[in-house]
Amino acid sequence: MTTREIFDAMSYGPAPESAAEAMAWLDKHDRRFGPFINGAFAAPGETFATKNPATGEELAQVTQSTGGDIAAAVAAARRAQPKWAKLAGHERAKYLYALARLVQKHSRLFATLETLDNGKPIRESRDIDIPLVARHFYYHAGLAQLLEAEQPGMEPQGVCGQIIPWNFPLLMLAWKVAPALAAGNTVVLKPAEYTSLTALLFAEISREAGLPKGVLNIVTGDGRTGAALVGADVDKIAFTGSTEVGRRIRQDTAGRGIALTLELGGKSPYIVFDDADLDSAVEGLVDAIWFNQGQVCCAGSRLLVQEGVAPRFHEKLKRRMDGLRMGDPLDKCIDIGAVVDPVQLETITRMVDANTEGETYRAATPVPSGCFYPPTLITGLSPAARLMQEEIFGPVLVSTTFRTPAEAVELANNTRYGLAASVWTENVNLALDMAPKVKAGVVWVNGTNMFDAAAGFGGIRESGFGREGGWEGLLAYLKPAGKAKPAVAIAPVAEPANPEATGLDRTAKLYIGGKQARPDGGYSRAVWSARGRLLGHAGIGNRKDIRNAVEAAHKASGWAKAPAHNRAQVIYYIAENLSARAEEFAARLQAMTGKPGKAEVEAAIRRLFTYAAWADKFDGAAKSVPLRGVALAMNEPVGVIGALCPDEAPLLGLVSLMGPAIAMGNAVVLVPSQAYPLAATDLYQVLDTSDVPAGVVNIVTGDPAELAKTLAGHLDVDAVWSFAGADLAKLIETESAANLKRTWIGGARDWTGPSGEGREFLRQATEVKTVWVPYGE
Amino acid sequence: MQTDSLSPAKTAAHQLPQLAHARNPGTGLDLDWVASVQANTSAIERRAATLPGRRSVKKAYQAAWLCKAISLIDLTTLSGDDTEGRVKRLCAKARQPVRADLLEALGMEGLTTAAICVYHEMVPTAVAALEGTNIPVAAVSTGFPAGLSPLKTRIAEIGESVRAGAREIDIVISRRHVLTQNWQALYDETRAMREACGEAHMKTILATGELGTLRNVARASLVCMMGGADFIKTSTGKESVNATLPVSLTMIRAIRDYEAATGFKVGYKPAGGISKAKDALTYLALMKDELGHPWLQPDLFRFGASSLLGDIERQLEHHVTGRYSAANRHAMG
Repeated sequence: MTTREIFDAMSYGPAPESAAEAMAWLDKHDRRFGPFINGAFAAPGETFATKNPATGEELAQVTQSTGGDIAAAVAAARRAQPKWAKLAGHERAKYLYALARLVQKHSRLFATLETLDNGKPIRESRDIDIPLVARHFYYHAGLAQLLEAEQPGMEPQGVCGQIIPWNFPLLMLAWKVAPALAAGNTVVLKPAEYTSLTALLFAEISREAGLPKGVLNIVTGDGRTGAALVGADVDKIAFTGSTEVGRRIRQDTAGRGIALTLELGGKSPYIVFDDADLDSAVEGLVDAIWFNQGQVCCAGSRLLVQEGVAPRFHEKLKRRMDGLRMGDPLDKCIDIGAVVDPVQLETITRMVDANTEGETYRAATPVPSGCFYPPTLITGLSPAARLMQEEIFGPVLVSTTFRTPAEAVELANNTRYGLAASVWTENVNLALDMAPKVKAGVVWVNGTNMFDAAAGFGGIRESGFGREGGWEGLLAYLKPAGKAKPAVAIAPVAEPANPEATGLDRTAKLYIGGKQARPDGGYSRAVWSARGRLLGHAGIGNRKDIRNAVEAAHKASGWAKAPAHNRAQVIYYIAENLSARAEEFAARLQAMTGKPGKAEVEAAIRRLFTYAAWADKFDGAAKSVPLRGVALAMNEPVGVIGALCPDEAPLLGLVSLMGPAIAMGNAVVLVPSQAYPLAATDLYQVLDTSDVPAGVVNIVTGDPAELAKTLAGHLDVDAVWSFAGADLAKLIETESAANLKRTWIGGARDWTGPSGEGREFLRQATEVKTVWVPYGE
Repeated sequence: MQTDSLSPAKTAAHQLPQLAHARNPGTGLDLDWVASVQANTSAIERRAATLPGRRSVKKAYQAAWLCKAISLIDLTTLSGDDTEGRVKRLCAKARQPVRADLLEALGMEGLTTAAICVYHEMVPTAVAALEGTNIPVAAVSTGFPAGLSPLKTRIAEIGESVRAGAREIDIVISRRHVLTQNWQALYDETRAMREACGEAHMKTILATGELGTLRNVARASLVCMMGGADFIKTSTGKESVNATLPVSLTMIRAIRDYEAATGFKVGYKPAGGISKAKDALTYLALMKDELGHPWLQPDLFRFGASSLLGDIERQLEHHVTGRYSAANRHAMG
């Protein structure tokens, strides 16, 4: 075209970023890569092609790492770990700082390589991914620096296996590697098979930072390599990817005593109220669902728009969609690049084509041939439509309408996921009311897809557990110092040869929904004193009792909304009433255990005071994010927690689990010690007289193993804690995969001392929700 | 709430030759609509911040786009020390904005700026100096820049400038009406000024740097369009903050909404603070993406600028020769 013709047409010409440097780097490695183990690239083994999805052109051959490679990498990480952990925080900070600087110094090479390998527009890799990577390493250099002073009594997990997805290859590496290294762990990381190259470049560059050998190992490969890493001798697995694979990892790691964090899928609601700045909300959607071709776990993929403005909003949206430019991801003037792989394109196409509901609008923008999918909007879907429920992981937005804020909340939460949400309104009252009500780990007010190293990111429900970013993210790579001891099981006192039964029969029942309930099965078990006297009977709860208890717990949802001061008052009141009956409880403990019970009762009263105190003091935080606004880290209750109580302190142990749970606003289903259940059943009388609302505390006695199975498999239980003597870890962790609830397998501990209370318990009782509130007028 | 609007019959006759679309006749004042207008500053700023990174034009495209930018410039002098000589020099620059050899190399002979923008006293000089071209003269008016002289005088000033040959009148609005949310007064004033403009095109200067919030900018934009503005313009160039991308985004969204509701296209003129060729490209991409091709023509888009042209000239020479240019190689305006 002549200048004059362009002058008339005013079209955008090509504006390609040069791939020459990235290609030269690939050539330098003869376009063949082995895994990076113990500070060096191993010789390539069996390899597979990694391609540029925009062109289909092969970029390099990457090794399908074998079990042997994994073993070598884990061994290298294991060897390096003690020395790395022993370094002063300042020393690790210097390495992380160097990594941040190196990422910046090689930023264009990283960006170009990322775009070549993944297909995302160069604008995104250049302006979003890579700057966030650098920021993540800077921030975690700071955490390493401050760690010893700020987290006393904590130590690294050890060797971390990390498995990351293909949608933000280098950024997800940063989110995993930076906190792990800052905390003193060493790493074996597996990048996604489609996108290994920037991880390999990062590994190479880490040598320029002088990172000690074995601290960072990269093993490339497909799902088989990932499975091998999950099965390896590691201390923690951190995974970001699909809910399906996350579930499998949960099952595969069950009972192995290793830490796990999962950041999984989502179907995040994007809620537009009628008083929103509609144009800005439309623009937000561009950043929500047409960012990275919609291949974003927290993409605002489910548009909920208030009915009155829906037609206008959809019109604006369609017009904006038409203006999106698709094409060569290396072009600096492109909005939508290539889908990562033909397999993913096929998945998106199949899901959308199978939909028969609503009205489908495809952006009127030229679609290049190859691995591209046009921006798509499907309006008029019902909540039951498959596309409203399932993650598409492509540039496809589905939409429905709502009438009231309450209905918006219902629709927003009508999902198995709970990763992120956006709320658009100019009404601050409405925005701040919605934020706590939406079930999600992250809420953006009048914005979307805001990320920062200082702010926690992660989900609830089937979006996984654990946070990345901030102190809360670092804590996922730490554990209390010292070797954890497994809980000790105490067998119930067997029926004596000459049983002694005296006094009036007292029947202990279950405690469900604020009422005493007979066990559904109609079975009871005799409880004998250490000296062979019949102390009473405890009901043998079964799965139906658990079902009823969980239902009752959900009905107590008002507890979470009660002011923390009120919760504190109730907990003080429990302490007060327990104190009034201290002698009776001490005698009961003595009768059951044969040991004096006074100290335990006193400790239980102290513990209740501790959590009454904590109820209004486990504060969230206002994070220092680079934004005019605030990012609030709010500690929200987990929901309904099932807790299997320890045998060794039948009253104090139970109170030590109930206390933090209810102080933080959770409802609990407690399974008392099977050996000594009567302290718990006595306690419900105390609860009854202490203004504890019905359903906040439920007590089901019975066989911990059987009840644990039901609790852990229950799809409406949000967390299960086990301090039961029996080794239930494998059972609980396996069953928990059903809805990916949080689990906490606690070991034996001194319940009377500091290890029996405090922040560890409070963190287990809360989810950090990050609420981003940008402001400015 | 509806009040009377200019009749469409009257406006049909008021089209300038270059006009490819019906002139905005204005509408009644719809206060419900005005009240419903929202502008989320933070979101708008975030969008604006990413604009330069989202669009890029290179090589021949860049040269063509920069020529387009020149064709959209209201070459402006608004100084207390303006003289006839100064204005004549500027008009000469408007006729020949780029060195002839460069235009020839680009195949862009005949390129001129969109208009000349001067104070009333300089209108006759400018009209005479531009005789034989189709370059219109725009006069700033209505007590520019503060707009605080008597309404009667301000209206009369428009008539004077039109009679002196100005084909475009850049009026300033009463900022106080916006700051006190007196939309009726703003509407009435705009309507009266539009009447006074007659066939001359009216650009309403919002002085956005003095309106306090983007919400006010959005609402004032809408009221001015209801009042019959042909263009809405950001600034006088005399405020401490002039045209910015967030303000521009806010105003062009208002233009888009107004067109969607009424079918009438209203032009946009960012003024002040746009001095780099790269900024001009960002603005053009913004107009193209947000409003479309019609807003890349002088009847719907103008740059109010004085130093922008110099930077573009240097970029064009670089494009033609491959060498970075120097200011002294290009004629002064």
